[in-house]
Amino acid sequence: MDQESGAASAGSFISLNEHEQRYYSGLHGLCQADTSGKLSSSKVAELFKASQLPPESLHKVTEVCGAKRLGYFGTSQFYVALKLLAAAQTGLPIRLESVTANLPLPRFVGLKNEPEMRYSTVPSCIDAQGAQCGSAPGSLIWTPTDRNTFRHLEAGTDKKEPWSPPRSPCSSPPRSPLTYRSYPYAKQRNGVDPQIAYESKHSSRPIVQLEQHSSPSKYGTKPTVEHPAMAQASSVERLEQQAVSDYTEDDPWRITEEQLEYYTNQFKSLQPDLGALILGAVAKNFFTKSKLPIPELSHIWELSDVDRDGALTFSEFCTAFHLIVARKNGYPLPETLPPSLRPGFMQHEEDIPDTHESTGPLIVFEDPGRRPNQMDPSIMQRLQPSLTSTKQDLKEESSKQDVKMLATSQDKVTLQLSAFPERPEPPQDLDPQMKTKTRPRSYSSTSIEDAMKKAEEPPTPPPRPQKTHSRASSLDLNKLFQQGAPGVKSGWLLPPPALPPRPTASQVSHFIGASEKTVQSKVQQPNFADFSHFREEEESSVKPEDQGPHSRFGLSTEDMTNPSQQDMTAASHNQPPQKPVRRKYLPESQNLETVPPPAVPFPPPAKTPQKLLPRQKREIQQAIRKNRETNAVLTRLNSELQQQLKVVHKERVTLESQLELLRPLAST
Amino acid sequence: MNTNMAVCIAVIAKENYPLYIRSVPTQNELKFHYTVHTSLDVVEEKISAVGKALGDQRELYLGLLYPTEDYKVYGYVTNSKVKFVIVVDSSNTSLRDNEIRSMFRKLHNSFTDVMCNPFHNPGDTIQSKAFDGIVSGMMVQTA
Repeated sequence: MDQESGAASAGSFISLNEHEQRYYSGLHGLCQADTSGKLSSSKVAELFKASQLPPESLHKVTEVCGAKRLGYFGTSQFYVALKLLAAAQTGLPIRLESVTANLPLPRFVGLKNEPEMRYSTVPSCIDAQGAQCGSAPGSLIWTPTDRNTFRHLEAGTDKKEPWSPPRSPCSSPPRSPLTYRSYPYAKQRNGVDPQIAYESKHSSRPIVQLEQHSSPSKYGTKPTVEHPAMAQASSVERLEQQAVSDYTEDDPWRITEEQLEYYTNQFKSLQPDLGALILGAVAKNFFTKSKLPIPELSHIWELSDVDRDGALTFSEFCTAFHLIVARKNGYPLPETLPPSLRPGFMQHEEDIPDTHESTGPLIVFEDPGRRPNQMDPSIMQRLQPSLTSTKQDLKEESSKQDVKMLATSQDKVTLQLSAFPERPEPPQDLDPQMKTKTRPRSYSSTSIEDAMKKAEEPPTPPPRPQKTHSRASSLDLNKLFQQGAPGVKSGWLLPPPALPPRPTASQVSHFIGASEKTVQSKVQQPNFADFSHFREEEESSVKPEDQGPHSRFGLSTEDMTNPSQQDMTAASHNQPPQKPVRRKYLPESQNLETVPPPAVPFPPPAKTPQKLLPRQKREIQQAIRKNRETNAVLTRLNSELQQQLKVVHKERVTLESQLELLRPLAST
Repeated sequence: MNTNMAVCIAVIAKENYPLYIRSVPTQNELKFHYTVHTSLDVVEEKISAVGKALGDQRELYLGLLYPTEDYKVYGYVTNSKVKFVIVVDSSNTSLRDNEIRSMFRKLHNSFTDVMCNPFHNPGDTIQSKAFDGIVSGMMVQTA
C-alpha cells in the first residue's frame, strides 16, 4: 500500500511502500539524524558507498534529491536519495522521475548494519514480523529495520548511538503509550492506522490530541489510555515480542541502567546521601546549567516533584534529569508524568542491579545523547500486567480516537509524546490524590503560617547555647574577659563572700595552662585546687599539646603543691564540667583557709607557648593572666590585711585585758 | 459539581498587581479586570480592619466582597498578602459559602505548589500548567 512518506513533510511527495518505508526509516536512523532532522553527512556518504554505485552516480543522486542544494540531507532528501539509489542499482537513470517507479529496495553492502545485529539477536521477533508481513525473504532482512524504524522514530531527534541495541518497536506499546510508536507498528501489523505518525519523523502528535488529553490528570483518564489501547489493538504479537525480546522499548521515558547510574552520580555530586533531598535552590542551579528555558524547567519541576515539597528525592531527581535529557533531545515535554518515570517505577529500577550496557558518555548537559534502553524484561513484565489489565477497555475506545486525531494533524511536529503521559492517568489518579491528601494542609487562618513553619523547621535548627566548653570555654572566657577587662576584675573577685585564701600563683598558672588545654580539648576543667587531680588531667590533656611547658608547670608547682595541698585537700574536688576558670576558682577558693605565699614562678610559664592557640585565645589567655595577676595581688593584699587584722585583733585583746585590769581601779 | 463555578479567577500579588487572571467568557475580560481591581479596595479595607485587632489570627477567607447585579465577588488573602479573587455569576445561586471556601483552598494549594517550584520567582506571573489546570477546573464551562 502506498503511503505518503515522510517526504511529505518537505512538500515533495514520493510514494513508498511499506517495506520501503521501514527500510528507509531504518537507514535514516542509521545515519544519525540530529535534532533538526539533518543527517550526518558522513554516515550518508558511507551508506552511499555501501550501495556500490560509482561515485558519479552518487553525486548525481545527491544533486537530484536536493541535498546538494540544501547542503544537507534532510528526511525527504534522504528518502529521495534512497529511491534514486535503488533506481540506479536497477539500472534506471538517476532522475526524479525514477523515484516514482516501483523499485526494489536499495541494497547496501558492507554497511554496519544494525538490522543484522537485530536480526541475529531477536530471531523470534523477526520471524514474527516476517510472518506477519508475509513478505519475501528480502523483507525478512528488512524487518529488522522495523526496529530501526521505531528506533529511528524515537531517535529521530535523538543523538543516541544507532548501533546500540535497538529499542524494538515491538516493545510494549501498552507500556509506552507513545502513539507514534504504536501507530507505525500497528500499521505494519494491521495497517490499521494511517501512517501519519509514521511518516513524520518527528512523530507528529496532533496538538489537537494533546489538547484533548491535556486536561488535568484527574480528568484525563480516558485519553491517557488510548495509546496503549491502540497498541494493543494492533497486535498481540507485540506483546509476545516484548516478552521475548530484551530490547525493551523505545520508550524514551524509560531510564536505562546507564542513565540511572549517571543520574546517581550527578545526584551524589549534589547531595552525597542518596536518601536525602536536594533542595530546590540547589536543583535549580544545577538544572539551569542545562540551558533549557526557565518555563520548561519550571514545568519539568512540576512534573517531577511529586510530593511537592520543594525538594527532590533521588527518584524525583532522576525523573527531572531524564525529562531534561529528553527535552534536550527534542522530545516535547509531556503534560503529566509518564509511567516509566513515576516514582514507583523508579523504585523498581533502583532495585535492579545496574548493568553496564555500553560505554560512552550518557548525558552531558551540553550535548545530551541517549543510550538505548536495555530494559530488564522483569521490569517490562512488571509494568505490562499492571498497565494492560487496567486499560484494556479504554484502549479500544481511545484507539479509535487516536486514529482520528492523528489523521487530522499530521504536520504538527511537537508533542509526540502527548498521548504518552495521558496514559498513566488512571493509575496516577490515585497518586496525586493521595498525595494531595497526605500533604498537610490546614486551612485555618494560620495555614500559611503552619506551612511556613514546617518549611522553616527543617532548615534552621534552633541555635543551642553551648553549655559544654570545648570551644565555649573560650567564649565564656571571652565573656569573662569582657567583664573582667574594664577593671571590674577586682569587683568580680571580691563579691563572693568570705574570700578564702587564694590559690597560689602556681595554681593559677596551672590553671591557665589547664584552661588553655581545655579550650582546645574537651578536657574537664581540672580542679585547680586539687593539684594532684589537676596534674593528672594536665597530663592527660597534654596530649594534643606540647608537654614541655606544661610539664615544667607540673614540676615547678610541685613545690607549691605541698604547702598548698592542705588547702587543696580542703577544697572540694568536684569537677564541675568545664566551667570557666574563674568561676570554679571562686567557690573552691572559699574552702581554702590561708593563702599560701603567693610568690612563685608565676608569670613565665604562663606565657609559654600560645603557639597552638589562635590569636584570640592568646589574647584571652593574656587577659586571663592579667586577671590572675590581679587576683594574686589581691590575694596577697588580702592575706596581708588578714594578718594585720590578726595583729590588730591581738592588740585589741590586750587592750581589753588592760582595760579590765584598770576597770576595777576605775570603778573604785 | 466542581466545574461550572467561577466566571473569573484572579491572583493578585502583595503589591496589588496581578499575578494571574483568567476569565471564562474571554470577550469580557476587560470588564472582569476592572471588577477585580475595584474589589482590591474592599480587600484592603477588610484586611486593615481585622489586622489591627488580631494580626495573625486574621481569617484568610474574606467572604463576599461585594455583589453587583451581575455577579458576586469573593476574596481570600494569604498571610503573605497575596490575594485571590473569584468572580461568580449572580445567577449561580446554588453556590454555597463552603464551596467557595473549598475553591479558595484549592487555589491556595495550587498556588503554594507554584511557589515551591524553584524556577518560579515570586512576583512573576504564574505560568504553571498545573495551576492552569486547577483554575480551568473551577471555571464555568462554556461550550
